[in-house]
Amino acid sequence: MTDVVIVGGGQAGCQVAASLREEGFAGNIVMIGAEEHLPYQRPPLSKAHLAGSVTRERLFLRAQSWFAEAGVELHRGRSVESIDRAARKIRLSDGEVMGYDVLVLATGGRHREIVLPGRDLAGVLSLRTLAEAEAMRERLEAAGHVVVVGGGFIGLEVAATAAAMGRTTTVLELAPRLMGRVLSAATAEFLLQSHRTRGVRVELSASVTELLGTGGQVTAVATTSGEQLPADLVVLGVGALAEDALAGAAGLATDNGILVDEFLRTSDAAVYAVGDCARAPSRWAGGSAVRLESVQNAVEQARCAARDIVGRSEPYCAVPWFWSDQGDVKLQIAGLTQGHDTTVTVGAVDQGAFSVWCFAGGRLVGVESVNQVKEHLTARKILAAGVAVGPETVGEAGFSAKSLLVF
Amino acid sequence: MPKVTLRRAGFDTVLDAAEGTSVMQVATANGVHEILAVCGGEMACATCHVYVEDGPLDALPPIGDEEEDMLGFVAAPRESNSRLSCQLLMTSATDGLVVRVAPRQE
Repeated sequence: MTDVVIVGGGQAGCQVAASLREEGFAGNIVMIGAEEHLPYQRPPLSKAHLAGSVTRERLFLRAQSWFAEAGVELHRGRSVESIDRAARKIRLSDGEVMGYDVLVLATGGRHREIVLPGRDLAGVLSLRTLAEAEAMRERLEAAGHVVVVGGGFIGLEVAATAAAMGRTTTVLELAPRLMGRVLSAATAEFLLQSHRTRGVRVELSASVTELLGTGGQVTAVATTSGEQLPADLVVLGVGALAEDALAGAAGLATDNGILVDEFLRTSDAAVYAVGDCARAPSRWAGGSAVRLESVQNAVEQARCAARDIVGRSEPYCAVPWFWSDQGDVKLQIAGLTQGHDTTVTVGAVDQGAFSVWCFAGGRLVGVESVNQVKEHLTARKILAAGVAVGPETVGEAGFSAKSLLVF
Repeated sequence: MPKVTLRRAGFDTVLDAAEGTSVMQVATANGVHEILAVCGGEMACATCHVYVEDGPLDALPPIGDEEEDMLGFVAAPRESNSRLSCQLLMTSATDGLVVRVAPRQE
């Protein structure tokens, strides 16, 4: 009897357990999650759940009864302290020791910390977990002024939610543009304008010097420009790091994530890593190792690892895709657009419905779509099929993405 | 509590649905893994395709524009009774709905 132990109770960990059973795995499955909740979806935390339109129960990926029915031993609110790979045992923080035949690390990410005077004032929050989301929602309900530090996906989604709730909302971004280098300049510029149109104040090249407060509560954010922005909720959204310390301490290879091969195996064949914590070689990044923070990546890496565990190995090569809803903007990304050198915009930017096709060395690497679901799904198919298409073709008048799929 | 039947190859599963939950949520929560629902109901993936077969079909909401777009990309054949199960909310009016799970989702 094989024992699989999964460290992590998020979307990736839960999917490993589910996929193992779907694949007919008959051994024991133990899942250890640090959070008290059943495994849940994170995307709504910055949107519908934060706005209060989705109850907590709707977020759970599986009903509690499923775990018993599927024979998945779920431990909640417990964390793993160390891995003894030679003995194939893990030690939990409460001292319990468990053996494993196969270990899957689905430890996710953690907040990139930001060192600021006033960081510990009440009302200064980050968003990753359900508990953090609920604390933020409580604060948001009573808040008049919200300041978001960081213009990345989470920060912008929270800003859109706060603005829609009628809060005075400001986003402070250190870089001269939103979304760092994650998005094309065209899409980043569109997002900037759409947030401003919705009443969000966005300050670029803006640096925070201090968080000010009275009686332990945050009241304002001071910037290098000398301004003091009133704030009764400050959202820190400056990115995430891989939760790879446990793996590193056990001597597994890590470098901005737990290094795995195309089958999600770490440097120890008995240990896998999947989801936000894993860094895997990607054909969509020219073969280099990338760490992706997305639902699609968590789910598909988990399925891939489960198949490998039961001996039905297929290398991980799914087209990466991603979505971010910000107010009335539905942004969807197919492929990996970082590192592009050329873009072609197709559609009507002024009407908020367009796609930015991104190329590197004349090769299509990805497509960012704004309110164009069909183009996004078509782009995913084009990338999956490996259709060779250059910027000249996409730039032609009357270009139709769909026509590329007629073989 | 309204009930929904999920029909798969050779067997039916009848599930209780809390008022206001989608067929997709009820299915995935209870381990109907043939419904992939990668995006969790945020209308981003077209992997929760079902065919509505029986029950109070007139009580279902009409197909929305975005759903229509996405139904063009489902993996199994699109039929006149194809729906994305994340868009089918269970209420007392839809009690007794029967859907067949599409044989392929990707």
